[in-house]
Amino acid sequence: MSPRVELRNHPRELQRFQLRLAISAGVVLLLFLILFARFFYLQVSQREHYHTLAEANRISIAPIVPNRGLIFDRNGEVLAHNYSAYTLEIVPSKVKNLEDLINELSTVVEIAARDRKRFKKLMEESKRFESLPIRTRLSDVEVARFAANRYRFPGVEIKARLFRQYPKGEMASHVIGYIGRINDKDLEQLEANNALANYRGSQYMGKIGIEQSYEQDLHGITGFEEMETDAAGRVIRVISRTPPVSGNNLTLSLDVKLQEVAEKAFGDRRGALVAIEPSSGDVLAFVSKPGFDPNLFVDGIDSENWDLLNNSIDRPLNNRALRGLYPPGSTFKPFMALAGLELRKRAPQNAIVDPGYFNLPGSTHRFRDWKAGGHGVVDLHKSLVVSCDTYYYALANDLGIDNIYNFIGQFGLGKKTGIDIDGEVGGLLPSQDWKMRRYKQKWYAGDTISVGIGQGYNLTTPLQLAFATAVLAGRGTAFRPHLVKNILDSNNEMVREVATQPLYTLDLNPNNLQVVQNALVDVTRPGGTAALAGTGAAYTFAGKTGTSQVVGIKQGEKYVESKVHDRHRDHALFITYAPVEKPKIALSVLVENGGHGGAAAAPIARVVMDYYLLGKLPEEEAAKPVDQIDEEGEHD
Amino acid sequence: MTRSLQIWHYLTRYIDGILLSGILLLMLTGLLTLYSATDANPNRVTNQAVNMLVALSIMWMVANIPLQHIMRIALPIYMTGLLLLAGVALFGEINNGARRWLNIGVTRIQPSELMKIAVPLMMAWYFDKHEATLRLRDYAIATLLLLLPVVMILRQPDLGTALLIGSSGFFVLFLTGLSWRIMAGLAVAGLGSLPVLWSMMHDYQRRRVMTLLDPTQDALGAGYHTIQSTIAIGSGGTLGKGWQQGTQTHLDFLPEKSTDFIFAVFSEEFGLVGNSLLLLLYLAVIVRGMVIAANASTHFTRLIAGSITLTFATYIFVNIGMVIGILPVVGVPLPLISYGGTSMVTMLLGFGILMSIQMHPKLVKT
Repeated sequence: MSPRVELRNHPRELQRFQLRLAISAGVVLLLFLILFARFFYLQVSQREHYHTLAEANRISIAPIVPNRGLIFDRNGEVLAHNYSAYTLEIVPSKVKNLEDLINELSTVVEIAARDRKRFKKLMEESKRFESLPIRTRLSDVEVARFAANRYRFPGVEIKARLFRQYPKGEMASHVIGYIGRINDKDLEQLEANNALANYRGSQYMGKIGIEQSYEQDLHGITGFEEMETDAAGRVIRVISRTPPVSGNNLTLSLDVKLQEVAEKAFGDRRGALVAIEPSSGDVLAFVSKPGFDPNLFVDGIDSENWDLLNNSIDRPLNNRALRGLYPPGSTFKPFMALAGLELRKRAPQNAIVDPGYFNLPGSTHRFRDWKAGGHGVVDLHKSLVVSCDTYYYALANDLGIDNIYNFIGQFGLGKKTGIDIDGEVGGLLPSQDWKMRRYKQKWYAGDTISVGIGQGYNLTTPLQLAFATAVLAGRGTAFRPHLVKNILDSNNEMVREVATQPLYTLDLNPNNLQVVQNALVDVTRPGGTAALAGTGAAYTFAGKTGTSQVVGIKQGEKYVESKVHDRHRDHALFITYAPVEKPKIALSVLVENGGHGGAAAAPIARVVMDYYLLGKLPEEEAAKPVDQIDEEGEHD
Repeated sequence: MTRSLQIWHYLTRYIDGILLSGILLLMLTGLLTLYSATDANPNRVTNQAVNMLVALSIMWMVANIPLQHIMRIALPIYMTGLLLLAGVALFGEINNGARRWLNIGVTRIQPSELMKIAVPLMMAWYFDKHEATLRLRDYAIATLLLLLPVVMILRQPDLGTALLIGSSGFFVLFLTGLSWRIMAGLAVAGLGSLPVLWSMMHDYQRRRVMTLLDPTQDALGAGYHTIQSTIAIGSGGTLGKGWQQGTQTHLDFLPEKSTDFIFAVFSEEFGLVGNSLLLLLYLAVIVRGMVIAANASTHFTRLIAGSITLTFATYIFVNIGMVIGILPVVGVPLPLISYGGTSMVTMLLGFGILMSIQMHPKLVKT
């Protein structure tokens, strides 16, 4: 050893350090003594007590998973149910070489490449000691064959399990959602909700849609079986059994026949449709196209199908009705018109002369009407019937953004409706406050103008548009939209009904409502922008077409549909309610890149209303889109 | 023959024999317990043995680096750690509801693990630099160096790791001579803020604390771990039920029995006698660490050696305390025995530093 000389030797520092170190050593010793004392207490003083408990632990408790509640539509059609089937399951931690084992298994039971892929994905998502299915829905022959060869496969077992099935496949998939395997994140969530104990033994839970938002009702209460086991853990006898309580059944307000008619009416087109009963808030149809097959998710989706769904340019997993944000376009105008009347900025007889554009005093910027040269003399009635932009530019300017925000906000645009599935987005009804918060900029008068025709910063979901339309149809009475009508226990005894009390009622002048409604009815008659869709209707309906821009058009440029890329074409919108005398249905339709609201969206609404009000099924032709523009032109 | 002996001497010249013996004995205990805990699963045991070999070779490499070099990288390693933590907060992958991992293209890393070494290194480096003129301001700055990563890790959230890093930093402060008055003040402030902390806790965190007071309150939920582990330990008695004979373990009552709760397996099978021997073995390692700290030649090495040793002791106390039901359940492994590679590597990296401090020629002032 070399002679040790302290570098930078500060004797006082060193002394202090050594003192502190000695104190630490003392504390460590003390803590270890505490541990020892506790050992002594547990293992010597209380040994008998714990010994008895450990013996008693030979009575093991096994959870019994309850049957998941069923889902029905309003007429009792089954939308989600369970069936029992055999699965072949592997506990990966008990297996030395998985690859070999699966290869060998496939000589006994058919295992497709797809099963292997799904199993691999499950492995990545699960803990090692979990039992994971390699094959589901085994046939009786396969079960027998495996049973005979069972000794060759330690760690592999056959289990009878309940499976969820969605008999309608893609139909209403965005509403019903699906269940999937419980993952680590779900477990944390369950722990946070103090529900973990009730999920002992459960493998699945709702992941999206009704299956998710009504998980608590659907899951049921887990039962327990007390069993005596021998020292090796084998069951000797069952001591007691607390039966599980099945989950509650749900009756939706959805009419699945109507849903089917609506989905068919879309054909291959992308878009969304929401139909609401104005007098109750019952959601009658809730479409987001394209959909997906929820059955794919139940056993764990394989990566191929997942990539297909997740990477598709059509984004089938996106719930457009709930989460798609679109400028409302001209469907905003009825609410603007009502604001003008209610706030006395316009009277029905006031008319303007429309030169085809609007400019703010002292500005050269032209806000163009969709119709070059304008609509001539336009009063409020005509402004809605022909969807005149100039009228609403001027009205927006006269109202000002605060009035627009306060009045139209009452109809729920730009706000969550509070529907009973998770993931709803709020959209945006712009205000001075919002712009300051978002952009740290004050509101300019110019910002207000395009808001008046539903463009600018405006963003709404199809659900919000349907809700606003239902409030309009209900003469100002608003009900929270809901997909579940009532909740029944497994014996079909009513547990609770979803409330149908109005949320609020707006104080609106009946005369003003009548003026707007008259105009909206004429929208669907010859000369109106939705005249085509109104042809030969056996009931009177009020509607408004809309078109929302996907790409901006520069000043002085013209939108020519044929020159625009498919995905950049305008979205077609239509809102409507019928019959006007006593509205039974209010709906919004959106067709992505559909072009004109009157041509693409309104015919779908007509098909849906014909079925709902008259029970009339569409002839094949009736559902087809109409591609030409009618003589009046209706690019609003 | 002599040739190979020479090579052997050359290879082991920086290895501290006493420390290594303690470590190897503990590792052996770990493998035996793991074998029982996994129901004789050879995969798990082999995996763990590989983890141990990797960790041991890292320890060997670190032991061969003279401390001056390690000192030089204190600042860069700390800054890198901070950057990575910021990266985790911004782009980290969410796993189990917590954001702890960062994907750096080739692989995923957990920067908080790096900080377990980087934080005491950085603080010791700082104190070493300002050794001659330590003032209150220096303590404040060092505390800031500690709190920054701790708060970032708390927010991931990762209570266990934040706690361990917090204590490793506190040990540096304590050993360097933070005045008793300030510590008393901090303790009083800490106690005073408990009600505030309580009101800020998540429901499930509160439940964990309540469960500590009365585990039977939630026997199938949060209290389950503690109840089952105390039954395992208590029923072990003085001599234990014998290796691979623990009923609690083998009837699958014990959760997480190969990781955080492995001590319950050991304790059920080896009883009070086994527990006492294990504690003594741990104490031997701790005492050796303290001797190394006391003999270290510079302020920096003293602080580092002291902090590493005391943190090691903290791991043991927190883990066993949790398993025997005197501390709340926090995710802290039992050092050298719990299954898992990451903590093993971190632990042996620390021991490598201890060996480097002890075995390299001390700096000599001419």
